[in-house]
Amino acid sequence: MTNDDLTLRDKTAIVGVGATPYYRRGESVPQLPMELAAKALLAACADAGLDVHDIDGFALYSMGFDTSLFAQWLGIDVRFTGMLTGGGGGAAGSVGLAAAAIVSGQADCVASIMTLQQAASRFGASYAPRGKPGAVYSAPPSPEASFIQPSGLMGPGQMFAVLAQRHMHLYGTKREHFAEVAISTRENAIRRPTSLMQKPLTLDDYFGARMIADPLCLFDFCLECDGAVAVITTSAARANDLAQRPVYVAGSANGGAGRWGQAITWFGMPDEYFASSGHRTVAADAYRMAGIGPADVDVALLYDHFSPMVILQLEDYGFAPVGEGGRFVAEGNIRWPDGSLPVNTHGGNLSEAYIIGMTHVKEAVEQLRGTAVNQVAGAEIALVTGGPASIPVSNLILHN
Amino acid sequence: MQGVPPADIIHLMPNVWTEPFWNATAEHRLVIPRCTSCGTFRFPPSPFCASCSSQDLEWVEHDGHGTIYSFTIVRHAVIPDVRDALPFVAAVVELPNTNGCRVVGNVVGAAPESVRIGQEVNLDWYDVREGETVPIFRLR
Repeated sequence: MTNDDLTLRDKTAIVGVGATPYYRRGESVPQLPMELAAKALLAACADAGLDVHDIDGFALYSMGFDTSLFAQWLGIDVRFTGMLTGGGGGAAGSVGLAAAAIVSGQADCVASIMTLQQAASRFGASYAPRGKPGAVYSAPPSPEASFIQPSGLMGPGQMFAVLAQRHMHLYGTKREHFAEVAISTRENAIRRPTSLMQKPLTLDDYFGARMIADPLCLFDFCLECDGAVAVITTSAARANDLAQRPVYVAGSANGGAGRWGQAITWFGMPDEYFASSGHRTVAADAYRMAGIGPADVDVALLYDHFSPMVILQLEDYGFAPVGEGGRFVAEGNIRWPDGSLPVNTHGGNLSEAYIIGMTHVKEAVEQLRGTAVNQVAGAEIALVTGGPASIPVSNLILHN
Repeated sequence: MQGVPPADIIHLMPNVWTEPFWNATAEHRLVIPRCTSCGTFRFPPSPFCASCSSQDLEWVEHDGHGTIYSFTIVRHAVIPDVRDALPFVAAVVELPNTNGCRVVGNVVGAAPESVRIGQEVNLDWYDVREGETVPIFRLR
């Protein structure tokens, strides 16, 4: 049941974006993770023409950070804190949470921030059990993990490989299709000085790379890196008085179908959407709120932790019928600048930097300001997604 | 044993709802909970039936003959402890007559490259340590 009179549509806008440099894993040391976050926020404030003390709310995701210490460092009076549950699935939706706080009058200028430093632990081993005494591990044993970890599945990429394998079986999706995602994303990255990956990627490179977890090879995996990105959202009225062209929040949703559940950490999803990104319900919710459909989207920033999941999102957001996402990318549709739907024009998690999806929000804002490095000509509507993951997954539709 | 991760990285943590499952595996029996209110199987064992929200269940023994629903061949050691076990196959196996319950386990005794979705498998057991056993599978 939805009440279409109650909506976030066009009531708020993103007015500032900021980032630290992106670093290879561990190279941001000795800066502290929250120090990186604060640097990104200060950069976003400068971008917006706001003072950091104008910030009065935090809308976070993926376990966020300690807002009390952060506020204490910067002397920020806080009126709202909120966080989407789950992990990287909430990236784009954190801006929807910021919009909800503003529309409900709980805060005026809300920051959504992600900071990441993978010096001590690695997302690549997110579900790794403790090994020999003293070994680093990421996930303590749990009753649910006991049904997965004994098989040796301990990294998200291994788990998404299981979904990709099923998609290939059902629909004839090929490794060449995954390669097209990786290569087109790299092409976008190498035109940007911020990108960690600066060398072109060829099909020979792709097929020559070592397999990590079949059917995924090295280049199907996102980067492991450090850095922070901050995004500031405020009311549409206030946005008009600030430094940048406002980028309006048209719609946002987070959640997922109930039996998507823990997704890659239980593998019991219904056959109908096992080989999906889990985004079908939130796609419908966001399109309805924004009053648009897939044909209206000019540029898509799709969370690309693993290249097959871009293809599955293209299906779940209606850019291609289910099962035809592979064909869609093979036809060149996601290439910048000439494809029908340029995807991840910033180089994505695969080739620019992996800051758990916040670089995608930043790129959407730059596209709609008309200032992107790989600018989509005349871009008016951008779709941003959070990571295919356990519930919640999320998204954000922006327009200028 | 070939094709499985080393025992010292496997740690089972039963709770009140999953303990009967692990007690059975220790005896080399596979049991799947079924809702006694509406008859729906659920897996992994959980406090509620996803169909009718009932908490009542019975444990139904299954022979573990199943079908490979999907899988991956793990070739890279994300932690050093698994290096000597590579490559190994981690598979999602669907059990017939359980309304689609799926069990995750290694497929052993076959070249990883020969594993395909849709292949039928038999259940076997990996005794991790005294009192702890996890399900594994062999191609039928």
